[in-house]
Amino acid sequence: MEIDPFIFRLSIFILSIFIGYYVVWSVTPSLHTPLMSVTNAISSVIIVGAIIAALAGTSESIFNTSSIFGFIAIILAAINIFGGFLVTQRMLQMYKKKKDKKK
Amino acid sequence: MISANLAAIFYLVSGILFILALRGLSSPDTSRQGNYFGIAGMIIAIVVTFLSIGNFSTSLVIVVIFLVIGGAIGSFIAFKIPMTAMPELVAGFHSLVGLAAVFVAIAAFLNPAAFNLGNLGDIKLASLIEMSIGAAVGAITFSGSIIAFLKLRGIMSGAPITFSGQHILNLILGIGIFVLIFYLCKTQSTNIFWTVIIISFLVGVLLIIPIGGADMPVVISMLNSYSGWAAAGIGFTLENTALIITGALVGSSGAILSYIMCKAMNRSFVSVILGGFGADNSTDDKKEKKDQKPVKSGNAEDAAFLMKNASSIIIVPGYGMAVAQAQHALREMVDKLKKNDIKVTYAIHPVAGRMPGHMNVLLAEANVPYDEVFELEDINNDFANSDVAFVIGANDVTNPVAKTDPKSPIFGMPVLDVEKCKSVLFVKRSLSPGYAGIDNELFYKDNTLMLFADAKKMTEDIVKNLD
Repeated sequence: MEIDPFIFRLSIFILSIFIGYYVVWSVTPSLHTPLMSVTNAISSVIIVGAIIAALAGTSESIFNTSSIFGFIAIILAAINIFGGFLVTQRMLQMYKKKKDKKK
Repeated sequence: MISANLAAIFYLVSGILFILALRGLSSPDTSRQGNYFGIAGMIIAIVVTFLSIGNFSTSLVIVVIFLVIGGAIGSFIAFKIPMTAMPELVAGFHSLVGLAAVFVAIAAFLNPAAFNLGNLGDIKLASLIEMSIGAAVGAITFSGSIIAFLKLRGIMSGAPITFSGQHILNLILGIGIFVLIFYLCKTQSTNIFWTVIIISFLVGVLLIIPIGGADMPVVISMLNSYSGWAAAGIGFTLENTALIITGALVGSSGAILSYIMCKAMNRSFVSVILGGFGADNSTDDKKEKKDQKPVKSGNAEDAAFLMKNASSIIIVPGYGMAVAQAQHALREMVDKLKKNDIKVTYAIHPVAGRMPGHMNVLLAEANVPYDEVFELEDINNDFANSDVAFVIGANDVTNPVAKTDPKSPIFGMPVLDVEKCKSVLFVKRSLSPGYAGIDNELFYKDNTLMLFADAKKMTEDIVKNLD
């Protein structure tokens, strides 16, 4: 009997939870705020689904009910991606400056 | 146009890059590199999606335009936002992830053929369950984060909003969502799908309103976790590895942060979620009837004198420092003290502020070197050997009652042993109790000097007196 592909995805999911568990415990507490902003940015990879939905419109009607939700989701996710990574960068830059100053 | 298998491998690569992004945060040195890994992973995921669809028509141009619009708004916010507003920014971002998850789920439900999930009214059972869970969790994340945002921003009072039967109502609504999803699978009805989303929005609001301001670190971490699970749910629907890996990472990250925050308050996750803690803290400024006990209060000059004659000082910042934006003045003060060869370190309690790591970011912004900033367990033994503890805007996290009085609501919470210092300077606006609504014994100790003023103004005055 063949294994349902769902089981493979479930395996990936569960293994990733374990990776997440160990990786996040190793994050230093002083970087917990950047951790939140960067997890925010990466969870916006949901934009992948938004793009698929948006491009599903036919050439006659680019905007149908389904693709409009896709387009709005693209904006929302893009705000998060750019905002999340940039604000993380800005914060981490501050942690860096101190280091330079000390040298 | 690239094959589905090749695309899946690229999604895996981007998932691994996201893991490396989090791994980088284990130290400030590697953290920036980690962030670049994250950005690279995101670019790969987006480009591969375009390539695998291979539809380079006008709609692609419009997609790029929308991407740029969103990117411009996001960049603008990221550059303009002051560091003190970081908690509400993160809450706001969580709400966007949640809403995006809801919209993607709706799009998939209305046009399942585009995602290879069957046809409208005849969606594969597993996909239907996955997308409705993704949509429900996304909706809870969205409305919950909006409430958290409003509370953190001060638009809505931070005081808990409770009413009788609240928890039973939440329970009924929660069960209702599952029952509806069950019927949705049987009937494939669009109306039930909409109802699930609407009820989930409602649950998000009801979940967060009873939770008070100082429990926000737990709330933000919890919503962080939810946004991850929502993304994972959508990842299963889209059969997308990058999304599944990311969802699991973010979900466990938020869960661990919630756990750390709860432990730092010695409260169970359930008790935080049920809320209602510190219900009357909004009125505490009015009832200052505790004047019967003698309190020593001083001015900036006294404080400056004490500190000048000290050889080691520990600074304990709290939410009050963030509110007063006193971090820069504080840095200035510390610089002057260091010129006099006084050793100055910072002690940070895990729940100081309104989100995990809040104080660290503010001190970093004020150019405080991160190797002078210590976590609770690393510095707590040093108080006994230090001359002055300078408590600025913190309260409950220094209250010795947590160690001595088993009846106190904060008993058992790990606190900073500030009282072991030779003298304690306590910057506070009034004698009002903190968030937990209990009096701080520290105020009445012989070696405590209260400095009644706004944190920033007091610090600036001390700086003047240090010359």
